[in-house]
Amino acid sequence: MPFEVGILHYLTLSSLLFTIGVFGIFLNRKNVIIILMSIELMLLAVNINFVAFSAYLQDISGQIFTMFILTVAAAEAAIGLAILVIFFRSKGTITVEDISTLKG
Amino acid sequence: MITPDMLPSLAFYGFAFILVVSALGVITAKNPVYSVLLLILAFFNAAGLFVLLGAEFVAMILVIVYVGAVAVLFLFVVMMLDVDFKSLRKGAMHYVPLGVLLGGVLLIELFVLFKARFGTEVFPQADTLPEISNTQQIGAVLYTDYIFAFQVAGLILLVAMIGAIVLTHRTRPNVRRQNVAKQNATTQEDAMEIQQVETGKGI
Repeated sequence: MPFEVGILHYLTLSSLLFTIGVFGIFLNRKNVIIILMSIELMLLAVNINFVAFSAYLQDISGQIFTMFILTVAAAEAAIGLAILVIFFRSKGTITVEDISTLKG
Repeated sequence: MITPDMLPSLAFYGFAFILVVSALGVITAKNPVYSVLLLILAFFNAAGLFVLLGAEFVAMILVIVYVGAVAVLFLFVVMMLDVDFKSLRKGAMHYVPLGVLLGGVLLIELFVLFKARFGTEVFPQADTLPEISNTQQIGAVLYTDYIFAFQVAGLILLVAMIGAIVLTHRTRPNVRRQNVAKQNATTQEDAMEIQQVETGKGI
């Protein structure tokens, strides 16, 4: 069958998605919200890899790890956005350059 | 001609195309609200791909957790913050060449690696339908082999929840709050004073 979708298709798709995530950080390097969304895209690419290999190897462990990644992604988004909100409350801006004043 | 056995492949290409296009939209949209909405679209399409791969449970979890919780959280924050998002894009084009270079190198490397290792591999086809569902399979492994990691994941969520609450909680001045302990500790002597008032005189 010429149109058979193999594991390479899924791996290529996840590579594309991961690259888009990396590129998004470069393109929006001032906007923390978009950077967080780019990180979510990269985690989604990793999830697609895990599930594709889970189907390829007929092993359910890949899907288990996908759920753990989902957990970490949810925790990261909650903490990241909370930090963003309190930073905006005190400084009135969310630019990455201004956040670097927090050090020390 | 489109034959029924081509449908899974067509579904894959459809989901994959919309996924990539919406992911590109997420990083290029001028308005962050559009970015969040496109992110939701990307998650839905990824869930479709998971269903194609036979991972229904993870697909539904993706829709519930990502779309229902994470993306809506993003949407709240984007709408809550009163930021001039246009000024944040100033000078963004400056870093495009470097980003394209790095992303291109990464993409080519990943593709060459995967092509060399998994170039012609296809998914093994099961002759019959599995006897237990995907959800049962996950449950059988998750609550036995991975029980420790599962509990730790729950702890991570608890810590994240407490952290987010502690971070964003603020005590505002000039707000009268109910203090139950103070109320309960009040005695009759603190609360009132009995005065004998003589007739015809004030206090």
